[in-house]
Amino acid sequence: MDFLRPASWEEALAAKAEHPTAVPIAGGTDVMVEINFDHRRPEYLMDLNRIGDLTEWEVGEDTVRLGASVPYTRIMENLDTELPGLALASHTVASPQIRNRGGVGGNLGTASPAGDAHPALLAAGAEVEVESVRGARRIPIDEFYTGVKRNALAPDELIRAVHVKKADGPQQFSKVGTRNAMVIAVCAFGLALHPETRTVRTGIGSAAPTPVRAKAAEEFLNAALEEGGFWDNGKIITPSVAKQFADLCSAACNPIDDVRGTASYRRHAVGVMARRTLTWTWESYRGTRRAAKGAA
Amino acid sequence: MRVNFTVNGRPQEADDVWEGESLLYVLRERLGLPGSKNACEQGECGSCTVRLDGVPVCSCLVAAGQAQGREVVTVEGLADFAKQRACGTGSCGGTSLDEAKRWEADGTDSQTGEGTELAPIQQAFIDAGAVQCGFCTPGLLVAADEMLERNPNPTDADIREALSGNLCRCTGYEKIMDAVRLAAARQSEGV
Ligand SMILES: Cc1cc2nc3c(=O)[nH]c(=O)nc-3n(C[C@H](O)[C@H](O)[C@H](O)COP(=O)(O)OP(=O)(O)OC[C@H]3O[C@@H](n4cnc5c(N)ncnc54)[C@H](O)[C@@H]3O)c2cc1C
Ligand code: FES
Ligand code: FES
Repeated sequence: MDFLRPASWEEALAAKAEHPTAVPIAGGTDVMVEINFDHRRPEYLMDLNRIGDLTEWEVGEDTVRLGASVPYTRIMENLDTELPGLALASHTVASPQIRNRGGVGGNLGTASPAGDAHPALLAAGAEVEVESVRGARRIPIDEFYTGVKRNALAPDELIRAVHVKKADGPQQFSKVGTRNAMVIAVCAFGLALHPETRTVRTGIGSAAPTPVRAKAAEEFLNAALEEGGFWDNGKIITPSVAKQFADLCSAACNPIDDVRGTASYRRHAVGVMARRTLTWTWESYRGTRRAAKGAA
Repeated sequence: MRVNFTVNGRPQEADDVWEGESLLYVLRERLGLPGSKNACEQGECGSCTVRLDGVPVCSCLVAAGQAQGREVVTVEGLADFAKQRACGTGSCGGTSLDEAKRWEADGTDSQTGEGTELAPIQQAFIDAGAVQCGFCTPGLLVAADEMLERNPNPTDADIREALSGNLCRCTGYEKIMDAVRLAAARQSEGV
């Protein structure tokens, strides 16, 4: 094995072009487990920790550009206003020690269907900025996950940053597991209200071969909210609408039975989380509307 | 490969390090510092917790090469680290490898008030009876010490969250909670 230590982004791209089999290591919280257990013996290990820009973020007009290696702890502490869904999801990852090292770049690199960042990114709307010596491109988050632990990266590409849409409304993240810490999701659900575009977006984790959006559920809800004038009148969402939304979210799942849970439990739990997160976010939306009216 | 880094305030060099080796392995097997424990090698138990540039991490999940040029504090250096933090000047020296190897938790009876060899958090663990087999203790000490540095007046919820990455199979955690509360109380009373 060789240990590559690029000191800059350009050096890292050059090294990855020369050795496409090189395994990048950021927080190491996925890679080191595989090496410690002899599940992986890469020819080259490429440390990304010396590339300072990867741990930086910028809050722009409409999006946050989040460096690939920004640890979860930083996201929780610094970006809970701009990226509330991702901050909530980050807080559910493992333990403080893991959150101090692991980040979204590694979560995307591993592309596990159970990765907690994915539902939040899908719900918020995001693009993954990747680059190789051949050039840079932005991959829409919906096209990033290509299979179980597979992503759209070419062998010579690295993830530089994720551009996540800043929240324009309430967001929620919910996760089912056996305890509050150190739990890989049995299944997870992210939901974001986007009042500016009058749309709702979702993300489902651990209930299909890849993280997915419940698109039919989103379309149904968008239409129902529009039709009932809900965005304007701020009424409570009718139970029948919430139920239909939850059922469609369950239907978007394509889960398996495994040690963490059965397929039918996952489908059921996703429906429950969908209904709850919709209620929570909608209540919060109504609250901010009332507050805005009161102030006016 | 060779790895140069700072351990407990002193520069160290590890040779013949395998590229896939963890920081934990280097500390224990190459530098002779077995304080950080190896229980799972997969980030689940926290018994290998050390500070890397001040940040608590599982040393089993840090590649040795990633520690190059960085600062590590292990449980063996915790007493000095705490002393230095208390004296605030940064001129108190650090722990040599020999001292660290010889370091033992020979805590004194809290009644006599002589606890100079131990960090306050270590003394509190002894006084509260928070140590049974002791395997989880080094990781808990490093994690708890860091929390008290950041958050001198933690709530129970803060303590539980800060220690949620450290498993203990003996104590049932209550005595550990007591120990951290005790250390926090002593810290705020300045004893
Ligand atoms: C005990 C434990 C508990 C965990 N619990 C959770 C949990 O609750 N939820 C969760 O989602 N995850 C969990 N994980 C998994 C892991 O912490 C996350 O997936 C984390 O986001 C990985 O980030 P990292 O920086 O440590 O990745 P690394 O291990 O450094 O890398 C992961 C993968 O991404 C690739 N990679 C990293 N950076 C880049 C880049 N810039 N460009 C291209 N490829 C890159 C690597 O080559 C590797 O294939 C847990 C892990 C452990 C050990
Ligand atoms: S040995 Fe590192 S977390 Fe268990
Ligand atoms: S005292 Fe034995 S594991 Fe904690």
